[in-house]
Amino acid sequence: MEYVIEMLNIRKVFGNFVANDNITLQVKKGEIHALLGENGAGKSTLMNVLFGLYQPDGGEIRVKGQPVKISNPNVANDLGIGMVHQHFMLVDTFTVTENIILGSEPTKGGKIDIKRAEQEVRELSERYGLAVDPTAKIANISVGMQQRVEILKTLYRGAEILIFDEPTAVLTPQEIQELIQIMRALVREGKSIILITHKLKEIMEVCDRVTVIRRGKGIGTLNVADTNPNELAALMVGREVHFKTDKRPAQPGKEVLEIKDLVVKDARGVTVVDHLNLTVRAGEIVGIAGVDGNGQTELVEAITGLIKAESGSIKLNGQDIFNLPPRKITEAGMGHIPQDRHKHGLVLDFPIGENMVLQTYYKEPYSKKGILNFKAIYEKARQLIAEFDVRTPDEYTQARALSGGNQQKAIIGREVDRNPDLLIAAQPTRGLDVGAIEFIHKRLIEQRDQGKAVLLVSFELDEVMNVSDRIAVIYEGKIVAIVDPKETTEQELGLLMAGSKRKEAGVSS
Amino acid sequence: MNSTRFTNFFVPVFAVLLGVIAGSIVMIVSGYNPIAGYSALLYGAFGDSYYIGETIRQTTPYILAGLAVAFAFRTGLFNIGVEGQLIVGWLASVWVGVSFDLPKVIHLPLAVLAAAAAGALWAFIPGFLKARFKVHEVIITIMMNYIALHVTNAIIRSVLSDKGFKSAKIHESASLQSEFLQSITDYSTLHYGIIIALIGAVVMWFLLEKTTKGYELRAVGFNQHASRYAGMNVPRNIILAMVISGAFAGVAGAMEGLGTFGNISVKAGFTGVGFDGIAVALIGSNNAFGIILSALLFGALKVGALEMPSSADVPTELVDIVIALIIFFVASSYLIRLLLSRFKKEGK
Ligand SMILES: Nc1ncnc2c1ncn2[C@@H]1O[C@H](COP(=O)(O)OP(=O)(O)OP(=O)(O)O)[C@@H](O)[C@H]1O
Ligand SMILES: [Mg+2]
Repeated sequence: MEYVIEMLNIRKVFGNFVANDNITLQVKKGEIHALLGENGAGKSTLMNVLFGLYQPDGGEIRVKGQPVKISNPNVANDLGIGMVHQHFMLVDTFTVTENIILGSEPTKGGKIDIKRAEQEVRELSERYGLAVDPTAKIANISVGMQQRVEILKTLYRGAEILIFDEPTAVLTPQEIQELIQIMRALVREGKSIILITHKLKEIMEVCDRVTVIRRGKGIGTLNVADTNPNELAALMVGREVHFKTDKRPAQPGKEVLEIKDLVVKDARGVTVVDHLNLTVRAGEIVGIAGVDGNGQTELVEAITGLIKAESGSIKLNGQDIFNLPPRKITEAGMGHIPQDRHKHGLVLDFPIGENMVLQTYYKEPYSKKGILNFKAIYEKARQLIAEFDVRTPDEYTQARALSGGNQQKAIIGREVDRNPDLLIAAQPTRGLDVGAIEFIHKRLIEQRDQGKAVLLVSFELDEVMNVSDRIAVIYEGKIVAIVDPKETTEQELGLLMAGSKRKEAGVSS
Repeated sequence: MNSTRFTNFFVPVFAVLLGVIAGSIVMIVSGYNPIAGYSALLYGAFGDSYYIGETIRQTTPYILAGLAVAFAFRTGLFNIGVEGQLIVGWLASVWVGVSFDLPKVIHLPLAVLAAAAAGALWAFIPGFLKARFKVHEVIITIMMNYIALHVTNAIIRSVLSDKGFKSAKIHESASLQSEFLQSITDYSTLHYGIIIALIGAVVMWFLLEKTTKGYELRAVGFNQHASRYAGMNVPRNIILAMVISGAFAGVAGAMEGLGTFGNISVKAGFTGVGFDGIAVALIGSNNAFGIILSALLFGALKVGALEMPSSADVPTELVDIVIALIIFFVASSYLIRLLLSRFKKEGK
């Protein structure tokens, strides 16, 4: 059996924290190999070792049977290994082609031969069905397209083995389907793919084999055909996972959030939230379903005070919070799990402990007479880290060093712990493993059962259907329907999200 | 955590060593004896109590200028205007020093505070423009340097003297000069300012690391979006950070006005202390304690250099080259980090 990549007994240690504990991963030529594990299990670390970003502390790497030492990403490139990072590394103001050739520019008489490069990029793009316009500016193309540019970048450098680190976490369902087609085209052309994803559905759909790791240790490699999502989930988490969360019927109380006639314009002056009405009551979870770009982001940012709205009214517990500064809104009883955890959710250069008091640092007991009380801050941090199962070497570790999913768990812990009357959760489970998703859903429902109001925004229909008590469908900045999740189907929701009118009455606030 | 502390300390030390070595090569190539040159430098900086006094005196404004740059940097701002803030601080301290007749316990603190306030005001303008209109602080602070230079010169000529080139001497009650310190250092110009500078370092450390306001300032420096999300007033924090940075710079000016010179004269050009403060902060890793050390290094190099022409025939310009080389190596710290990690690997 010929393996293109063999990582044998790889060990990687940070300080005295073992991130990879003798993990073995063997990838066959032409296969899509999934790497599955909980948040913080060590998947990204293992791939960074393969890509030369980290040096292993033990073990051996073989490429096509030859032992190699991958001291930096250039060596990886030369060995035909390419990586599509979760956070893209593109120059916004450059064109697609300029980004792709950056670092290996073809020249003619000392000048960059941009025409030839464009031609090559176009050919590559066509060959794998990427449909990328080589002359477009990065700033003007969608996230899904940017990801394809990253893929082209690796192909342009002659990659034979492609590593995808959670590529689908940032994509819409439509884009995910397209990416799956692209991956199929890649393996047809003889490439091999290592795919990191938390979505078991995707693994079952496209992967040939799957290697499971848990807390830094290799658990084993299985043929996807011989397994099922339940077994995979149990293997990676080490216990049974329930995909559907049980919950009692909601017992809605008084109105907590009341939005009337809200109008929000974006930076270019285009109306993105258009006379929107919405009510969330105590003791219920309202899910907002919609295709990305229909005003969800702006709606949440306007409610939380991050951007200014044009007109309308927003009330929290009867108090007018329209266009108040974020501090006032927070103090009025709002919690916010932001969609972009790196931009809004965390100060990445702060220790994770200091991030746990981001909104409360000025209050007792964290601050006394203007002096920080680090003892109280870190005590709270330890409590939240334990309670929300944030996997980190310790509370003094920089937030930046935490795995993506654990950063998310830290934010959720912080927001839930403040015990707000209204909790806004925007894409709360993006990038989380199935075990963590189950946990987060339970916590959201728990908040509801304690009589809090929860507003959930998600692009995952599963999640919206599963967790919400009422679903508000947003389309072009308006709530076009309110549906009961028990009485609807994914198909119906899909149609509503695409803008088709509902037959029955029921369009109310 | 420990290993980053380790590299933060050793990278500058390594850079200094490399700078010294590269400086020797320059001396050899240009036909001077590096051993004689460096001996003269060392003697000129620490050779006897007089030189030590001079070195510490020179270190004093460097510490405060370094703190000013570092404070801004730690809060996400690039204050190139320390030079201008220093000049207006100098002027303000002298102005208060000559215009009032008060008991020392009031007069001296008042003069120092006036310098801090003047520097703060000078830094408020770029801070405000950045916070309100998103104008980049680098451009405004550079312009403010020139305005400071010419405005102070005009004031010295027209208000503080009678068309002369320097102000009157400050009153004894506002002076930092100390007969005691002078007598134990063989009549150097050492003055009490060093105590103020050391207190300044403690203040910066305490303010940034221990206070609630410092938490906010650091958060805004690292991530404005998250700070806004957390309910902090980002524009106000930007202005405050500039103002505090400017206050440090103003006090650096007071060291010259109340300590070293006791007056202010019309300047043909910048003092350079404010610009050197950028390098001091860089070499000191923007850390209060590190800045004391790097300011001492700068003070020693500047004072020791004066001895090089007379006893080793080496022109003082070479010291400027050595300083430039050190800055170069600190700036290319990536290279040094790489070397250090190689050493560590092989040591295993
Ligand atoms: N540079 C670092 N310094 C210290 N610890 C680190 C560093 N990088 C990663 N870790 C730790 O190693 C563990 C594994 O992290 P890694 O990013 O590989 O997880 P992951 O499996 O990719 O998780 P996720 O699914 O959440 O992305 C985490 O607990 C993380 O905190
Ligand atoms: Mg990861």
